[in-house]
Amino acid sequence: MKKGKVDKFTLTVIVENKFGVLARIAGLFSARGFNIHSLAVSETEDPTISCMTIVVIADEKILEQIKKQLNKLIDVVEVIDLTNRQYEERELVLINIKVTSKTKDDIMRVIHTMGAEILDVGKNTITIEETGDTKKINSIIELLRPFGIKEVVRTGKIAIQTEGEKREN
Amino acid sequence: MQLTGSQILLECLKKENIDIIFGYPGGQVIPIFDKLYDEKAIKLILPRHEQGAVHAADGYARATGKVGVCLATSGPGATNLVTGIATAYMDSIPMVAITGQVKTHLIGNDAFQEADITGITRPITKHNFLVKDVKELAKTMKEAFHIARTGRPGPVVVDIPVDVQNALTEFKYPKEVHMRSYNPKYKGHTGQIEKLAKAIANSQKPVIYAGGGIILSNSSEELTTFVRKTQIPVTTTLMALGVFPETDRLSLGMPGMHGTAYANHAIQESDLLISIGSRFDDRVTGKLELFAPKATIAHIDIDPASVSKNVEVDIPIVGCAKQILTELNKIVKKADTEEWLKTIDCWKKKMPLTYSKDNKLRPQYVIEQIDEITKGEAIIVTEVGQHQMWAAQFYNYTKPRTFISSGGLGTMGFGFPASLGVQLGCPDKKVFVIAGDGSIQMNSQELATAVIENIPVKIAILNNGCLGMVRQWQELFYNKRYSHTCLAKGKYCPDFVKLAESYGAKGIRITKKEDVNKAIKDSLKYNGPVVMEFVVEPEENVYPMVPAGEALHNMLHWDEPNCA
Ligand SMILES: Cc1ncc(C[n+]2csc(CCOP(=O)(O)OP(=O)(O)O)c2C)c(N)n1
Repeated sequence: MKKGKVDKFTLTVIVENKFGVLARIAGLFSARGFNIHSLAVSETEDPTISCMTIVVIADEKILEQIKKQLNKLIDVVEVIDLTNRQYEERELVLINIKVTSKTKDDIMRVIHTMGAEILDVGKNTITIEETGDTKKINSIIELLRPFGIKEVVRTGKIAIQTEGEKREN
Repeated sequence: MQLTGSQILLECLKKENIDIIFGYPGGQVIPIFDKLYDEKAIKLILPRHEQGAVHAADGYARATGKVGVCLATSGPGATNLVTGIATAYMDSIPMVAITGQVKTHLIGNDAFQEADITGITRPITKHNFLVKDVKELAKTMKEAFHIARTGRPGPVVVDIPVDVQNALTEFKYPKEVHMRSYNPKYKGHTGQIEKLAKAIANSQKPVIYAGGGIILSNSSEELTTFVRKTQIPVTTTLMALGVFPETDRLSLGMPGMHGTAYANHAIQESDLLISIGSRFDDRVTGKLELFAPKATIAHIDIDPASVSKNVEVDIPIVGCAKQILTELNKIVKKADTEEWLKTIDCWKKKMPLTYSKDNKLRPQYVIEQIDEITKGEAIIVTEVGQHQMWAAQFYNYTKPRTFISSGGLGTMGFGFPASLGVQLGCPDKKVFVIAGDGSIQMNSQELATAVIENIPVKIAILNNGCLGMVRQWQELFYNKRYSHTCLAKGKYCPDFVKLAESYGAKGIRITKKEDVNKAIKDSLKYNGPVVMEFVVEPEENVYPMVPAGEALHNMLHWDEPNCA
């Protein structure tokens, strides 16, 4: 089958909140050679159900297969492809930035401009938290990179369908 | 009244109309075996290896259409089932495999004979369960059987810790299954069905490509009606042999790597390819980019994930083959295929399946003789290798569930133990195993089971002294460098006649062509298992052959005759 353009796609996967479900999903991706970019899991308002937000890297054909194979798993209740839907996405990132007396002011300016939250200020390190869509998270990382990033921890994206206008990007 | 988990398990099996299971005991299933000791309604067949149990359960399922059930202890017992479970999974065979597990509180502690069998079998089962609470057992069994036999069938593992087997609770078997996350779709989309009917009306060179789904959905009759009504020729995959009589003019036999030349040419020339319950396996399609290049492709399948997985499909119809064929049969008309059938007749005449008909004892001849003597009424169960392909090619299958073989996984060691399940499921049928000398040695210990249980299968070993199928590839593609494919280094080993006799079975060695017929007849006269060792031409090859990765029409040693 022809190879199409590879892109990132966001799937919401509703699953039974049962023992081993995460292993089934992860196993499916590894067994079939599908690529996961990020995966976030949590309980929902219904304790018998969990919600996974999975960002996959695929072309259209493989995306189709991923959706079908996920649907085939007995514990998967629903697979929602957010690609052509309206949704909001958020990610949270924690960053340790190297700081010196020389760079401190500039770093603070970036943090304030971006609206990030400061969690800790040490002698050599500032720890911050930022939430936003992937674009925003990527840009704060890029803005801080010149100062020296020591560590980045990201949650991976979570997403929710909305009623409003389709977002552009 | 309260019952133990073991009692509940047996009650569940009875509710599912299971009267035979294949199982091997061990520490973590003793409570179940203890209850089986008094159980009149369920017969346990004791193999000599858990792999024998799982293949026998699989063979039973393939021959009868019922769910096959096997049972093994934890750890090594459970891991011995793995190959058989994977075999069943690849061919979508309904099966429930029950395993014992260490006590609930010991799970995860590397306890004696602990293996994470749900973890191990996750990618080779349709679903699996670890039952941690006896109150969940009945519901789990109900779901396991439901999942195994509905939709696209498949094996389900139920892992039951030994303390759960001993725990007490009230037994109540649920009447129905409610699973919000599992609802297979059976009915095909009407618009798509009409679209296919229209495509048939507009086609000059249609071909039906029928697969194992026809057998699994019991729609051989509907398929036959469809073929006869439309006059479209049909090729049946290894998994579908017999769903349409191969003796009919409209039958093209098997497609693919070792398929008939006329089936492969018909596919390549077709303008409409109607796939029903087949999954475009690479052994069928050859090089994908050049598969059926002129055809509009329709695909009827119960598994949406099979559709457009390998080949882009123009007319997908998701649903059960039986229902969809029934709908189609209401609206299709005879297609305009007279010219097309003449071309195919010409191909059949000029490119028949054949072999050298000299005085040597050739393996194909043995298969033809079995066909002749059994009048095509036997059930043929095969191992894996050249003999499997010859069994597919040189016996004329006319009914579903009469050719039983490991297709998807290609498991050597499957055939003989599977045949025991086949014979137990179909006691009135003549059951023949076609084996190679390599494959038979993978589970020959089951001769003990066949003798003790008096299961009268007739085992034809086509002994070429080598791992023939691999040797053939080495001959053709590796410069005849026969690296470790010789089993008989100047000396045939073991002596299969003595092997059979040591178990108390009948053994016959045949070395001459003229003795073949009598030996087969003698085997049928003997009321018990028989091993026939046919010492055949060692370097016979399976033809036609499409080398792996080649287009279907590029068969070795074939020139396309001019039939257009
Ligand atoms: C369990 C297993 N191991 C290895 C193979 C690879 N394999 C496929 S065919 C074959 C040779 C089979 O030899 P034999 O049973 O003697 O049959 P023949 O081809 O000679 O008819 C082998 C080794 C396999 N299919 N299954």
